[in-house]
Order: sequence, then C-alpha cells, then structure tokens
Amino acid sequence: MIEIKNLSKAFGEKVILNDISVDIKEGELFSVIGPSGMGKSTFIKCLVRLLRPESGSIIVDGQDIASTSNEFALARVRRSFGYLFQEGALFDSLTVLENVAFGLKYLTDIHKSEYPRIVKEKLALVGLKDVEHLKPSELSVGMKKRVSLARSIAPEPKYMLYDEPTTGLDPVTTGMVKELITDMREKLRITSVVVTHDLKLALEISSRVAMLLDGKFVEAAAPAEFRQSENKAVKEFMEISGLSRE
Amino acid sequence: MKHPVTEYIGREFMNLAEALGAAALMLKSVFFWFFRSKFEARETVKQAVTIGVDSLTVVALTSFFTGMVLSLQSGQSSKNLFNEPLYIGTLVAFSMLKELGPVLTCIVVAGRAGAVVTAEIGTMKVTEQIDALYTLGTNPTRYLLVPRYIAFMIMLPLLTVFADFLGIFGGCLVGMVKLDVPSTVFMNDIYTYLEIYDFMHGFLKTFVFAFMIATVSCYKGLNTKGGAEGVGKATTEAVVTSMVLVMVLDYFVSAVLVAVGI
Repeated sequence: MIEIKNLSKAFGEKVILNDISVDIKEGELFSVIGPSGMGKSTFIKCLVRLLRPESGSIIVDGQDIASTSNEFALARVRRSFGYLFQEGALFDSLTVLENVAFGLKYLTDIHKSEYPRIVKEKLALVGLKDVEHLKPSELSVGMKKRVSLARSIAPEPKYMLYDEPTTGLDPVTTGMVKELITDMREKLRITSVVVTHDLKLALEISSRVAMLLDGKFVEAAAPAEFRQSENKAVKEFMEISGLSRE
Repeated sequence: MKHPVTEYIGREFMNLAEALGAAALMLKSVFFWFFRSKFEARETVKQAVTIGVDSLTVVALTSFFTGMVLSLQSGQSSKNLFNEPLYIGTLVAFSMLKELGPVLTCIVVAGRAGAVVTAEIGTMKVTEQIDALYTLGTNPTRYLLVPRYIAFMIMLPLLTVFADFLGIFGGCLVGMVKLDVPSTVFMNDIYTYLEIYDFMHGFLKTFVFAFMIATVSCYKGLNTKGGAEGVGKATTEAVVTSMVLVMVLDYFVSAVLVAVGI
C-alpha cells in the first residue's frame, strides 16, 4: 500500500504539488489525469523518490521514503516498483535484450542463462518478437515504448507506475497496452498508478480516477462517480475529451 | 536598492558556490560507490576504449608533431647562437616529459573523450535514462561515473607515456634529417642530463588532470538541462572548463612537485 500524506513539491518559486494526500490500496489501479504541465509526472516521480518532495510523507509498505537519505533503504523500496517512462528511456548503448534484462540483473537473483528466455517471453507479452538484437535507435516510437514496458515488468514488480503509457502509440498498440495494464492488475494483482491526459483510457481501466489541477486533486472517485462529478474543472475536461456523463 | 552589477556578481557567486557544493556531493558519492559496489568490468573496459584507445591517433599526431617542431625550433635557435645544434635531445625530452606530454595529452583527451562523456551522460539525463537506472536497481554513480573515473585515471597516464615517447621520437627524427644530429648524440643528451624524476614529474601530474577531467565531464553531464540544446551547451562548458583547469592546475601541481623535489 502507498500512503501519501501532505505531499508538496515546488521548483523554485513554482509550487507543483500542494499538500496532496491520497492512499493507493493493494491491487488498485489509480489514474491521475489532468492537462499537460499540471504536475502529473512530478507526482509519479515523487512516488519512487526520483524527485525529493519539499514536505509530506510517502509511505510504501510502512516505510517513509519522502525524506530519507539512506541510499540502500531507497534502493530496497524502489525494487518493488516498475516504471514506464513517457519516452521509454531505453538505454541507447544497449540492445533490446540487454535493456529488458537490465532489471533482471540488478533486481533479481535469476541466473543470466535464463535472461534470453524471460526477455523473449516479456517481449511476446507486449507483441514483439525477433527484436532482441536491435538497438533502440532502430525501433519506432511505439516499439520503444513496448520494449520499455517489457523492461519494467520483467522483474515482476509489486507496483507499476505508468507515465503517459499510450502517448505516441497507434490505436492497435494503444489497445494492446491498455489490455496489458488491465491484465497486470487483474491477473497478477499488481498495484498500478497511471498518469495520463487520456481521460477515456483512465475511465476504462481504472478503479479510481483523480484529477490534478493547480497542485491539488480536485476530484478523486471511481470512474462511474467521476463521470457524474459536479466539479467545474472535471466537467470541462470531460467536455474537451468528448466524453458524456453517462 | 539592488544594483544590477552587484546583483549579477552575487548571482554568479551563488551559482559557483552551488556548483562546487553539488560537485563535492557527487565526489562523495563516487568515493562511496567506488568502495561499496561490485566492479562494473564491462562498462569500465568500454570506457577505457572510448577514452584511451579511441584517443590514440589524435594523441599520437599531436605529440609527434610537437616533438618535431620543438626539435626544429630549438635546433635552429641553437645553430644561430652557437653554429651547431646543442642539447636538442635534452631540450625535447625535458619539455615533452615534464610539460608538453602531460598537458597536451590531457587537453586533447578533455576535448575528445571529455566531450563524449558529457554528451553521453547529458543525453541520458534529458531522456530520463538516468531516472530509469534508479528504477532498475542501479545507482547512476555506480554504473556510469565510477567506470569513467577508473578509465580516465588508468588511460590518461598511459596515453601520456605514449605521447612522451612519440614526441621524443619525432624530435629525434627531425634532429637526424634536418639538423644532422645523429640519434646516438640525441639519445645521449637525454641519458646524460635527464633523471627518472623528470619523467615522474609529468607522469604524476596526469593523475590530477585525469581526476579533474572526469569530475568536470561527469558533473556537467549529470547537470544537463533542456534537451538537445542543453546537451550541446553542457558539452562545450565541460570542454572549456577542463582545458582551462588543466592549464591552471598545471602551474600549481608543478609548484607542489618542485617543492617536494620531484
């Protein structure tokens, strides 16, 4: 379980997250939506302490990581997270095989002779085959994202964080990624946090949707309730996204 | 009321203090991971090739021609003064071993390999690859910085020795062909007047330069901001800073080595 209490983050004078509190329960798929530049990626980066918050606490399985300086404690907590980056963040100098196996090497005790089999398996899960020996520069945007997803799920994390998982993907791949996120939650009971500006996606896959605006969650509810929200910003966002309240 | 000039100076001073503080923290992290982590052999060898082997040609050309021109100029001056080229071997070897070998090699490596290191780490920073390392159970200092520090500290002294020999060889060649100084006389001048300390003086300096170039290149890379433009800016800053610092440090390290009798 991830408990976030009074979380605040600023860059210089600009406050990005302002006293946010939310609990993300085991097995939940929690989506954060909102317009670009509202701090969605900042929020998700704070969850694994890629960014250090100004104040507040982030308690992951009972351990507060918000202010700790202990590298080893942080590394231990980060081990339970998988992270899909917005642009994939694949290592340019490594092949697809090495990229996907990277987490296996540093996060698990699996013997390296097993890597090719596991990598092949994870790549098949995201609809890719025979790409193991290619470099990221030889892949399309969509393929990079899928390889990145395979890399994140390879060490079988307890929590998955998705930063704009479908941005830049074609409709077929979007459907595949959507299905995969849902499967990860339903079949493997992986607790997931999805950050997206795609409200339609969030409403379809999430167990709870929260809208981030001006540093605060202006609404956080199950998809059905979210659609009925009387919040002005939510209503406007629904309209802009072309979604009805039904 | 704030004056624009004092405000500018104050801001620059604060920026410098902040950068020095951040660099000190980075160094602390490098030392921490150097002693605490498993040796990243593959990455270290890869960096040693990039920093050392790939710099061989440019270092060879620079040192060879520097030795040649040193020999030519000193021989010509000596001819004008004494009607014959005297102590050419001593002068060329002394200059190459104590100053030109280490300084030129480090400047060339700072411009070539230092730029590569900053650009690579900077690109990783702006494309979130550094963040990805954290999420995949690896500390970037351990995986990226420590191998680069080791590679710089091993390869730069080796490149300097290589440059010293090639420079002397170039000087000897010009002495033979242009100044009619036999190679035996040229080498005898070296053996007679130079000591092992002269070699050690230049050799020891390269460790300081290597550490400084690694620090500047890695620091600038890790603090890159603003996409491709930021990578270009960070790379230029790293190269310029390293080159200037090589010259500045050269005086101070030389002064210390002279003071301790090396």
